[in-house]
Amino acid sequence: MTSLTALCTLVAVGILVLILSYIAMRGVSALNFRFLIDTPRPIGEGGGIGNAIVGSGMLLLLSCAVGIPVGIACGIYLSEFGGGWFVSAVRFLIDRLTGIPSIVTGVFVYAVIVLRMKHFSAFAGGIALALIMIPIVARTTEEMIKLVPHSLREGALALGAPQWRVTIGVVLPAAASGIATGAMLAIARVSGETAPLLFTAFGSRFFPRNLNEPIASLTVQIYNYAISPYDEWHAQAWAATLVLMALILSINILVRFLTRQKFR
Amino acid sequence: MSSSTSFATPKFEVKSHALLRSTATKIAVENLDFFYGKTQALRDISIEIPERQVMAFIGPSGCGKTTFLRTLNRMNDVIPGTRVEGNVTIDGADIYATGADVVELRRKVGMVFQKSNPFPKSIFDNVAYGLKINRVTSSRSELEGRVEEALKDAALWSEVKDRLKTSALGLSGGQQQRLCIARALAIRPEVILMDEPASALDPIATSKIEELIFDLKKQYTIVIVTHNMQQAARVSDLTAFFLLGKLIEVNSTEKMFTAPNQKLTEDYITGRFG
Ligand SMILES: Nc1ncnc2c1ncn2[C@@H]1O[C@H](COP(=O)(O)OP(=O)(O)OP(=O)(O)O)[C@@H](O)[C@H]1O
Ligand SMILES: [Mg+2]
Repeated sequence: MTSLTALCTLVAVGILVLILSYIAMRGVSALNFRFLIDTPRPIGEGGGIGNAIVGSGMLLLLSCAVGIPVGIACGIYLSEFGGGWFVSAVRFLIDRLTGIPSIVTGVFVYAVIVLRMKHFSAFAGGIALALIMIPIVARTTEEMIKLVPHSLREGALALGAPQWRVTIGVVLPAAASGIATGAMLAIARVSGETAPLLFTAFGSRFFPRNLNEPIASLTVQIYNYAISPYDEWHAQAWAATLVLMALILSINILVRFLTRQKFR
Repeated sequence: MSSSTSFATPKFEVKSHALLRSTATKIAVENLDFFYGKTQALRDISIEIPERQVMAFIGPSGCGKTTFLRTLNRMNDVIPGTRVEGNVTIDGADIYATGADVVELRRKVGMVFQKSNPFPKSIFDNVAYGLKINRVTSSRSELEGRVEEALKDAALWSEVKDRLKTSALGLSGGQQQRLCIARALAIRPEVILMDEPASALDPIATSKIEELIFDLKKQYTIVIVTHNMQQAARVSDLTAFFLLGKLIEVNSTEKMFTAPNQKLTEDYITGRFG
């Protein structure tokens, strides 16, 4: 039994290591400092993904700014103030929302925001990503809050704390690391998304100037370069993939660091 | 136990309360019934708890001591599907009246739970929590003073004074229980409900808590649940005996442990059942 599980673990980890090292191998050749800070250029002139890195960062910030607070609020509502058919209905909807293919979210935002504003924008892209984050954050928050022992709430209530202060001051901190893990999952999930950005953020060859215009992102840039017929762009796509992976990894580490539990 | 030989009444050290100081009634309960869903846990309980005295609740496991204690600060409200009938007044005010302020009630009626439940925060923050919530003080030094005082009262200060900033979850079980006592004391409630506060404590800490209770009753009204007869005899002025959700007898502790009115009480106290 032990050896079987160990074997499976080994296979899984092995495949992961294989993928990572393959990406590193293919990506490292086109990688250099200029590549990281330059904007895309015509074939033969080099160029880079600086604008895509900044764009991805902005899209991610935007989606976190909307998705995480809304998701956490939703999760708190589901777990603390819930009960009854309404909450069950919301929970059901959120679960269905988690399963919706991200391209559908993209099309939805396209129809609701892009068509109405009559142009692609970073704003629309951020909203699309936020919509993907919300159900993930909401459900993990709900589950993590439910894990907080009831006796803790009672302890706080018995000291004369009103319900909302118990939630904010005792329950949320006790569930913080779990909620952060959920948020991190959501961030990792959306930072790899391409489909919902194709017809919302669209892409751009320039550094972003404001949120009301199309914006570049690593994933869309990788997609565009990967389907191009040029070897140079293929190499750049690999390098961009390597950068994307490194960024996701550092976000993970950063969040872990920020939410490391002081009191366990 | 079914032996027919009569047991010698165990010797309890009963503090002499020669004359029960006649004091005003702090908590008055009339015809209280309590239900967890359909099961009735308390039946027709009427009792008066006097001010600035210690009342002990005794009775076999599952008889409803905790449940009753929790009706006194409306802690049962947080359990879904529970129902209270009857009257509970504190200082003459009906605590279950519509519009009664539960938060205010719980500030006035502090509670130490049967299972210790420190917050996953630092030791200091645990004790300071109630003070901060109730905006007792805005000065840092006064806050620190109150925390220190509460920890000293709970006989915990010397053990934790050098690690106030460390997690409360790193304390031993008994230390955690004393921390919860300190937490309740810090906001200086008028009534303190203690649900077996010494069940996880060693004899030294237990006697410290008992001394504390003795001190506290100068200012506070104290209700303590205990399974330990000697403890009830040592710390309380009055004792109430519960059985199967009913209040069987309330009496001065001295009377209760020497010549109770009810046969059931005598049987329980002498260890013939329960
Ligand atoms: N949350 C609950 N839901 C349903 N029934 C409960 C609940 N809590 C307690 N009861 C029941 O109510 C009765 C009284 O329980 P309670 O906890 O008040 O007893 P107790 O006298 O404090 O016992 P112990 O000495 O073991 O702590 C028991 O039969 C118990 O099973
Ligand atoms: Mg109990």
